[in-house]
Amino acid sequence: MSPTLTSVDDVALSESSLRRFLAGLPGVDAVGAEARAAGLATRSIKTTAKAYALDLAISMVDLTTLEGQDTPGKVRALAAKAVRPDPADPTCPPVAAVCVYGDRVATAVEVLRGSGVHVAGVATAFPSGRASMEVKLADTRDAVAAGADEIDMVIDRGAFLTGRLGQVFDEIVAIRQACTRPDGSRAHLKVILETGELATYDNVRRASWLAMMAGADFIKTSTGKVQPAATLPMVLVMLEAVRDFRDATGTQVGVKPAGGIRSAKDAIRHLVVVNEVAGPDWLDPAWFRFGASTLLNDLLMQRTRQRTGRYSGSDYFTLD
Amino acid sequence: MSGSGFDYAPAPESRSVVDIKSAYGLFIGGEFVEPHDGRHFKTVSPASEEVLAEVAEAGPADVDAAVAAARRAYERVWSLMPGRDRAKYLYRIARILAERSREFAVLETLDNGKPIKESRDVDVPMASAWFFYYAGWADKLSYAGQGPDPRPLGVAAQVIPWNFPLMMLAWKIAPALAAGNTVVLKPAETTPLSALLFADVCQQAELPAGVVNIVTGAGATGQELVGHPDVDKVAFTGSTEVGKSIARAVAGSTKRVTLELGGKAANIVFDDAPIDQAVEGIVNGIFFNQGHVCCAGSRLLVQESANDELLTSLKRRMATLRLGDPLDKNTDVGAINSAEQLARIHELSDVGDAEGAQRWSPACELPEHGYWFPPTIFTGVTQAHRIAREEIFGPVLSVLTFRTPAEAVEKANNTPYGLSAGVWTEKGSRILWMADALRAGVVWANTFNRFDPASPFGGYQESGYGREGGRHGLAAYLR
Amino acid sequence: MNDPTATGPARVEVRKTYKLFVGGGFPRSESGRTYAALDAKGGFVANMAKASRKDARDAVVAARKAFPDWSGRTPYNRGQVLYRVAEMLEGRREQFVAQVRAGEGVSERAAAAAVDAAVDRWVWYAGWADKLAQVTGSANAVAGPYFDFSLPEPTGIVAVLAPQASSLLGLVGVLAPAIVAGNTVVVVSSYARPVPAVTLAEVLATSDVPGGVVNVLTGDAAEVGPWLASHMDVNAIDLAGADPELARTLEEAAADNLKRVLRPAGTDWAAEPGIERMVALLEIKTVWHPIGV
Repeated sequence: MSPTLTSVDDVALSESSLRRFLAGLPGVDAVGAEARAAGLATRSIKTTAKAYALDLAISMVDLTTLEGQDTPGKVRALAAKAVRPDPADPTCPPVAAVCVYGDRVATAVEVLRGSGVHVAGVATAFPSGRASMEVKLADTRDAVAAGADEIDMVIDRGAFLTGRLGQVFDEIVAIRQACTRPDGSRAHLKVILETGELATYDNVRRASWLAMMAGADFIKTSTGKVQPAATLPMVLVMLEAVRDFRDATGTQVGVKPAGGIRSAKDAIRHLVVVNEVAGPDWLDPAWFRFGASTLLNDLLMQRTRQRTGRYSGSDYFTLD
Repeated sequence: MSGSGFDYAPAPESRSVVDIKSAYGLFIGGEFVEPHDGRHFKTVSPASEEVLAEVAEAGPADVDAAVAAARRAYERVWSLMPGRDRAKYLYRIARILAERSREFAVLETLDNGKPIKESRDVDVPMASAWFFYYAGWADKLSYAGQGPDPRPLGVAAQVIPWNFPLMMLAWKIAPALAAGNTVVLKPAETTPLSALLFADVCQQAELPAGVVNIVTGAGATGQELVGHPDVDKVAFTGSTEVGKSIARAVAGSTKRVTLELGGKAANIVFDDAPIDQAVEGIVNGIFFNQGHVCCAGSRLLVQESANDELLTSLKRRMATLRLGDPLDKNTDVGAINSAEQLARIHELSDVGDAEGAQRWSPACELPEHGYWFPPTIFTGVTQAHRIAREEIFGPVLSVLTFRTPAEAVEKANNTPYGLSAGVWTEKGSRILWMADALRAGVVWANTFNRFDPASPFGGYQESGYGREGGRHGLAAYLR
Repeated sequence: MNDPTATGPARVEVRKTYKLFVGGGFPRSESGRTYAALDAKGGFVANMAKASRKDARDAVVAARKAFPDWSGRTPYNRGQVLYRVAEMLEGRREQFVAQVRAGEGVSERAAAAAVDAAVDRWVWYAGWADKLAQVTGSANAVAGPYFDFSLPEPTGIVAVLAPQASSLLGLVGVLAPAIVAGNTVVVVSSYARPVPAVTLAEVLATSDVPGGVVNVLTGDAAEVGPWLASHMDVNAIDLAGADPELARTLEEAAADNLKRVLRPAGTDWAAEPGIERMVALLEIKTVWHPIGV
């Protein structure tokens, strides 16, 4: 079924070997995948399990602002919230990262230095990716130079859909190279597939493998600028891909759904899928993230509800 | 935080939604009555062995009274009533079942041992859907392909099994009533409670007295009912052995018969299958309802080139199955329905060991009380093994291999049964070729264990005769 | 001298000993037994092979062997084959009329009507071959993303006890509905009026019906019937020619492998048949497939 991955280099040798390999991956039956996701979504996560899941989910949030109107002030406020999501409760964990455009990375780095919260910069002509390779590389180097320790790149969906898989592969390799800092260390690379544009589960599985073979540290569903963004079955398919990739190569890759996850309930459903599909090894901010903005406040509200036994209101959580 | 594991806390459905009486009578002529000779038996929760209630055991006099009540209702009310009015009663029942779905789900899970997520998401909604579907037929019988003026048969004797107590009741009663028949139904002796609660629904719907009669009891009651001379139609779901005895019992009579019996379905996985969905289909095929499913995919036929990978995936998936308290909303595998059934599963599994097949189960703690059996697969099984031929009716999967499509078909068809089969491949033309070649009443391609009131279901050969569901299911109740 | 050809003694007839029809050939009964078929007035007509248990066994083997090919043919092809039978039967019309008249003791007109109806019956059933799927099948509107359809398939090997009285029309009335959908048949002919069955076998042998699709055993239904009813490789049994007591016994025996059973129902073979007999020998197969991208 799954082709044995003897060597990524062999597969990536040529356009045709790459295509053959990806086409040889087992297909995804859409109805079956959706039924499985819907089945897992009926898990009932209560009491201690819910408390655990809420804190875990908070610690997995890539708190995101990706707007034309982003200012240093906005980014500072977001970064402050990232470190102390619930000012009223010091036991609340910080989020995983703040995710901003490249020109706002420096501001975020400044606020977050020493906090343990990562700074992620979107690059490669996010969100469309429609720019020359030089521009994408420069965009990436810019963000890394500004101090981003994570880069969220987009793949060239046009190239993927037209079958130029080698080009997509080469671009990821090149961007990964551009993530290297002068000291030889490297910013983590999250590769955005934009599942809403790839449209089918088969494409998402193939694009996941393509990105992982090219060296992605994370595969990410969406930019948040295209509908549909992250859906539970798409995330399920990507989690199957990282699970199978680790089985085949020994390399663990993370998954980041982004866009459309707004409620704590939805986040917990994702964690159930992580737990039961990829396995508990992925239940860690190092291996699973939520790209979100409004999700965090709902997580905080539910967390307070858990701790106080009463329902809270939005006035009690900061809007940034 | 990482690595501590995501242990789901208990999430039990509340028992308090259902009120179980300490004792139940028989539902005859629209009323609960005491059995003629006063005999009762106990029904227990298989998950805890707790006694849930005492239930009347119907003897010959009770069966006679029930058939007489059904006959009266047939002649005086139901067969004379316009179809559109029969339809309204059936719609009422469909709606009441939906409204009381939580109550039915909890009761079914208590009495049967199946996980609440299945009774809640499958059994009860399906039962309601069955009534809704057949309600629509009641005033359209002349379009059912049985001629311009089809007539009901009369009184139907219906005997149902313990694996889907309420759903099987709906499969039986809904088409019978839609066609204008009246019924006497006997639920299984280990799972009578949802049928008795259904009697309450009949009262709530103000269904005319005697149209539905429920007699509880064991095999003897069923024999009495099936053999009653004033019965026009016999519908049975259960074992092939009992099905054969019914076929003998009705020989020479004018009783019409439909039988939905055992199976030993092959679930066939090719090396180009969508593997993750195939694994789900295999798991759903054999571990759904603890494998207490006549159409369960109990023989897994894997193309040899895919065997290792598939088994790895399957075992990994099986390790995530959650066995335990059936009322817990996160339980995937519930209790075995009875001590007797558990003994049968143990016996055949031991035969599997003795015949040299390799047994595997995920690490799985079984509760102290009640009847439990872990999800189990046997590898290295051949067609000659008893576990590849006999219906185990439990969460036990036999894994065999094949090399070519023709070999897969040959092995799949090499059984006296013929109820269902599964095919997993991404190649469309092969799916249709396989579907054509498989001798089974239902072929699930790239899916498994799907049911719908509009879809005919039933077997070839020793899996029985007649179909349930759809227009074909209606035909079984018309002349 | 008188012309001997004008008023001479009647020609001595060549008496026939008919054989069975199994697997496309005409074997004698393995038992070597024969019996005399008489006309309605008690006159000798022919010697018939008297089929035994082993003949029944051989006939089932032949029917099983023929099943994959026959059931696998396109309905269009089966329809043409059945139509060809009608053509061949029409060509032997006079012979059949004489045989029916002699065996059943009916008027020439009644016999001719029965033969004509038998020919028409083949034509009628021939047309059903490629229509059964549409009339008995369905696309099922299920509540989910699945394509779900039901199609008829032949049930397999059908044992038939042909009607005792209606020696040709009744025979065609049980045979044609069984084979049109792809079943193969072992038929036990009318005991007392077997001759049209053997002639029909000759028709089938020289038409396009593959060997083994129809196997004709002449003999006693009460003797051969139980072996067919209890045979585990027979999938259905049509008891049209059995008396009530025999029918009950055979129905009981048929339960051993849950054969589909058609009880004797006092059928008027001259009336339009309807589709019940065909439907009773069909299995409905339902196929599900997800709909997704």
